[in-house]
Amino acid sequence: MDVLVLSRIQFAANISFHILFPTITIALAWLLFYFKVRFDLSQHPVWMRAYRFWVKVFALTFALGVVSGITMSFQFGTNWPGFMETIGNIAGPLLAYEILTAFFLEATMLGIMLFGFNRVPAWAHTSATFLVAFGTSMSAFWILVLNSWMQTPDGFEMREGVAYATDWMAIIFNPSFPYRLSHTLLSSALTVCFLVAGISAYRIYRGDNKKAPNVTLKTALFAAAILAPTQAFVGDLHGLNTLEHQPAKIAAMEGVWHTEKGAPLVLFGLPDEATQSNKFSIEIPTLASLILTHDPAGEIKGLNEFEGAHPPVAPVFFSFRVMVSIGLLMIAIAWWSSITLLRKKRLSALQLKILMSMSFSGWIATLAGWYVTEIGRQPYLVHGVLKTADAVTTIAGENVALTLAAYLSIYCVLLIAYIKTLLNLARKAVDVEEYDLSLPGLPEQKTQGNTATRGAN
Amino acid sequence: MFDFSHHQLALIFAALTALSILLYAILDGYDLGVGICLPLNNEAWRDTSIASIGPFWDANETWLVLAVGLLLVAFPSAHSAILKALYLPATLLLIALIMRGVAFDFRAKVKPEHKFRWDITFKAGSILAAFSQGFMLGIYIMGLEYTLWSTLFAGFSGICVSAAYALIGNTWLILKTSGDLQLHAIKRSKQAGVFCFVGILSVCLINPLVNANAFEVWTQGPFVYLYAAIPLLCFAMFALGYLVLRRLPLEKDEGAWLPFLMTAIIFMTCFVGLALSFYPYVVPNALTIYEAASAESSLNIIFFGAIVVVPIIAAYTAVAYYAFRGKADALRYY
Repeated sequence: MDVLVLSRIQFAANISFHILFPTITIALAWLLFYFKVRFDLSQHPVWMRAYRFWVKVFALTFALGVVSGITMSFQFGTNWPGFMETIGNIAGPLLAYEILTAFFLEATMLGIMLFGFNRVPAWAHTSATFLVAFGTSMSAFWILVLNSWMQTPDGFEMREGVAYATDWMAIIFNPSFPYRLSHTLLSSALTVCFLVAGISAYRIYRGDNKKAPNVTLKTALFAAAILAPTQAFVGDLHGLNTLEHQPAKIAAMEGVWHTEKGAPLVLFGLPDEATQSNKFSIEIPTLASLILTHDPAGEIKGLNEFEGAHPPVAPVFFSFRVMVSIGLLMIAIAWWSSITLLRKKRLSALQLKILMSMSFSGWIATLAGWYVTEIGRQPYLVHGVLKTADAVTTIAGENVALTLAAYLSIYCVLLIAYIKTLLNLARKAVDVEEYDLSLPGLPEQKTQGNTATRGAN
Repeated sequence: MFDFSHHQLALIFAALTALSILLYAILDGYDLGVGICLPLNNEAWRDTSIASIGPFWDANETWLVLAVGLLLVAFPSAHSAILKALYLPATLLLIALIMRGVAFDFRAKVKPEHKFRWDITFKAGSILAAFSQGFMLGIYIMGLEYTLWSTLFAGFSGICVSAAYALIGNTWLILKTSGDLQLHAIKRSKQAGVFCFVGILSVCLINPLVNANAFEVWTQGPFVYLYAAIPLLCFAMFALGYLVLRRLPLEKDEGAWLPFLMTAIIFMTCFVGLALSFYPYVVPNALTIYEAASAESSLNIIFFGAIVVVPIIAAYTAVAYYAFRGKADALRYY
């Protein structure tokens, strides 16, 4: 097979697998910091319980994020040498600053956060938790600077086919960066809200009537009820920004083949590159123009204006619909469950089941969103500067096929192991005895009773 | 801001990259070594061994990211040339690092009956990671070419690097554990030390034979006598280390830190020796650091960041090691 196609699949596989874990750790770190601060302020053991359970999930997720991320630092050179050859002067400092200001901070402080509770004073442990959260966010900051710059490059000049920086502030705060950063951080927050809500619901559903899962469920759902609509708003702004700088991507997302005024919103359809049209499409008249230009008669540029330089339509079109549907579902479920919680103090079995089934919905939405923006940037690697095909390696295709097969198989194993372990941690937590208010911080013990009632389980 | 010349920057970044690789070899070396020697027949020892590296391994592995990252940003063409030549062993290394990194966390969180499975994964991953690093080093020394002899040498180098990691891992255990496990680590340190010694000796002999540049560095030039101090220091550490290991453990655990320190010095001398052999080349006999370095303005910006941040990294790393000083506790989430 073609080394370009294989390298693209391999990079997509590596980065898709990798993003699953940082997208959890970025927001989960802040949630843990919140639990820890609540504990420091109130000394109420329920916050420590919440911290203690989720810090284990954090440790596992963080480890997967670290090891899957190392792969990336090798792949830039091995599979995409043209990337650094062309824009190394821009990407280099950004990647270096990520490693220096974020990676070491989070990795070092993680040790204290996980195992240092009895080794350092309380304030130092809380600070370590804060610094881990700060580090994960810094890491997101730098990598999104680079990603956004690849989408909307600015502050540079080309000399003999190589990019040179002319204005670092323009590079860092490039046009799409503020929107992409907010959109990504919010997606991380929502992923964590639904993960925490889902796992807490699973514990409650299995008969865990302790206080901790109820507290975490409430925290996650209320946060989601606020953040999910915010995400829709930020996503809209991000879309408008994309329309300004990468109109071909928007045309692919909306399935607009020909430039038109008063373009309809295609709810669903099958984009067909051969006939340059959507089959079986269900449309709402003029809505796309209204959303994107805030004018029912506004003009939307169609794919016909970007002949030979627009992304493949179908994957962008479908990924976008997957992302938006999950986003809307999140708003609905978060509001419905939050209102029930406020009124009745507890959720119905049906609601618990829905939340359980949505535990990993954030992952799907995040991946779909990244596919929209990354496939939507094609055929460019750096928009308007470097084409993906021009950056690829000269390694033999068979070697890439071999490594791709190896990566894919271990990713499958690890993904299954990760999800099974999360559920196992949740089941173990069900058996833990409720805290004794007079003895905070004692090791957790299993109750005889709870285990007995679960019988053959 | 700084305004170094291209020449100076190439040298500065070569030194920074080299320092990161050395720190990686020492720091991740000890936790890989603990993994290599994980005793499959004793669960309590396994728990203690792993507890001794628990708070540190994440940060240790970050030095690899920094080393590869610096190579990527400061010498992009060298990064591409070296890693393309090492594509398959590097992938093996990455997969091994992934498996051992996650095994470490999974073992503590899965059902008890699955724990042993992840212990084996941890050990196998550590061995594979160490071997592939040694293999990559071997191929690099042989000029990034795959012939029968270079592959055989690289395989031998893989075994020697594994032995070196086993040595530093066991000396780490001497420092961080007590009782039977410490005695066991002392025994293992002696065994690994012999392997390691043989390996270093053979690289010292083979490298000048295959690399004209290395031969010149070690036999001609104004600093030959000064350079001779490097292997002498290295072999002196082996001799001293052996004497120390024979006397350990002492009353009140005195001197338990000595073998680790000596092994770290051995690593340092070997590394400086190798670096001198290859200077000014970053891709052996093909590309020098001066030819491969990126644009001045970008390197100046990174250097500015490094000068500010690296002391801070050193400071909080010291805090972490201080917080977990003394013998390893059972690994509990507080």
